[in-house]
Amino acid sequence: MNMNDIATLTEAPGTPTPALPPQGGGSGTATSAVAKLAVTDIHKRFGAAEVLKGISLTANAGDVISLIGSSGSGKSTFLRCINLLEQPNAGTIALNGETLTLTRDRDGSLKAADAKQLQRLRARVTMVFQHFNLWAHMTALENVIEAPVQVLGLSKDAAIARGEALLARVGVAHRKDHYPAHLSGGEQQRVAIARALAMDPEVMLFDEPTSALDPELVGEVLKVMRDLAREGRTMIVVTHEMGFAREVSNHVVFLHKGLIEEEGDPREVLARPRSERLRQFLAGSLK
Amino acid sequence: MLADYLPSLFEGTLITLSVAGASLTIAAALGLLGAAAKLSRSRALRTAANLYTTVIRGVPDLVLMLLIFYGGQVALNWAAQRLGHEDYIDINPFVAGVATIGFIFGAYLTETFRGALMAIPPGQREAGLAFGMSPARVLIRITLPQMIRLALPGFTNNWLVLVKSTAIVSVIGLSDMMQRAGFAAGATQQPFTFYLAAAGLYLAITTVSLLALNALNRRYSAGVRWAHA
Ligand SMILES: Nc1ncnc2c1ncn2[C@@H]1O[C@H](COP(=O)(O)OP(=O)(O)OP(=O)(O)O)[C@@H](O)[C@H]1O
Ligand SMILES: [Mg+2]
Repeated sequence: MNMNDIATLTEAPGTPTPALPPQGGGSGTATSAVAKLAVTDIHKRFGAAEVLKGISLTANAGDVISLIGSSGSGKSTFLRCINLLEQPNAGTIALNGETLTLTRDRDGSLKAADAKQLQRLRARVTMVFQHFNLWAHMTALENVIEAPVQVLGLSKDAAIARGEALLARVGVAHRKDHYPAHLSGGEQQRVAIARALAMDPEVMLFDEPTSALDPELVGEVLKVMRDLAREGRTMIVVTHEMGFAREVSNHVVFLHKGLIEEEGDPREVLARPRSERLRQFLAGSLK
Repeated sequence: MLADYLPSLFEGTLITLSVAGASLTIAAALGLLGAAAKLSRSRALRTAANLYTTVIRGVPDLVLMLLIFYGGQVALNWAAQRLGHEDYIDINPFVAGVATIGFIFGAYLTETFRGALMAIPPGQREAGLAFGMSPARVLIRITLPQMIRLALPGFTNNWLVLVKSTAIVSVIGLSDMMQRAGFAAGATQQPFTFYLAAAGLYLAITTVSLLALNALNRRYSAGVRWAHA
């Protein structure tokens, strides 16, 4: 893997950064020159419990990868290791061929050696949380413009224009001056998606974005995510929505006890699971 | 009768207000440090902060005031002599009063701020980090604004109690509102009149503060369902 070409992360987000001459289509499972996101051999322990036992994942431009698995299998932990919200004990993370430099923390886990490099990565790999995590003291629009202004240095006017357009896209423009506490769960999650989009990210991480929603609100959020997939966003989605995994993603990964038990094309993997575990899991979550 | 002493009472009111204001500044600074220490990873800092709040909250304000005033005087002179200083140094009662009250209320505000910080869901901070904000920016943009709004009710209470507590500075010789009232009461043999006047002035200060802080509270809790926390 390439060692830190930190300069690649300095560019404006969204700018394609072909570190090497592009080859092939670069989407789906086809091997392109440099993966958008390459995560290798992630291990994570909480105390004595090893929750991730070596997980690797590669996302090329336009990939929509669904992470499935039963509760406690390590899906969230893995997703949070990608942007270092959780400090892995081993593994590497590379965005567009630039490897995040890691160093040992006092407790033996890995932390970023260069805080700035981590911040640049996080600004380009944004996250949508299960419980939205919208900033409670800011309106919907303020939530959406906060990071573009504070992190990307966008002017407030430009950020507002971008933010309003994004809120309109996810269908909550009329709620832009409302605070999160006064929005429905579905509206909050759509604002959270707009907030993640406002960074014009390279990769979007979703941690069970519909699990905290009332059933009748799930559809509106899934629809927004389908649209994102259709326009070629690179997404990694932890989900219990098998319909979404089957119809929207081009790759599905089944985690079991901290290991990848099975992965591949969802039409293949979900229709004809090879492992007994996945068969059981699918039987239990028939949708 | 009352009118003769009103100018003096008002002067005392100004002193009371300055003592309260200066003490609050120190208390808020100590409170923030104390809360940060209590929530820090360092065991030594946590222990020190716990000792601070436990001792302060367990000893009456008056006792602390006298201890710090007289004890401080002794310690200061002992140290000064060691350094070759000859003259006896008197601690300025204003400084002693402000230091003591600031020190006492720093402990109470430590608890207020700590509670407010702990009431912020971790996801708020995490979302800031996840979008590439530095920890310092998260503190300024996310944590502190939310802390302020969560701390305001407790802060308001502490301020009201602090204003009233300033009355004890009269025991170390500061000419605050209370001391002036006491003096006038003695001179005129009308204690009821003057203590009633003092009570009215304290009430006026606290009422005005309450109105101002409530306005602030409304501003900071925009969009909060749980503003009554
Ligand atoms: N901060 C933590 N400290 C200790 N253990 C943790 C922590 N976070 C997660 N775990 C444990 O790690 C394991 C994996 O958790 P994780 O949240 O990644 O599972 P998940 O696959 O996302 O499950 P779910 O579908 O319920 O969200 C679980 O056993 C969990 O209890
Ligand atoms: Mg999870």
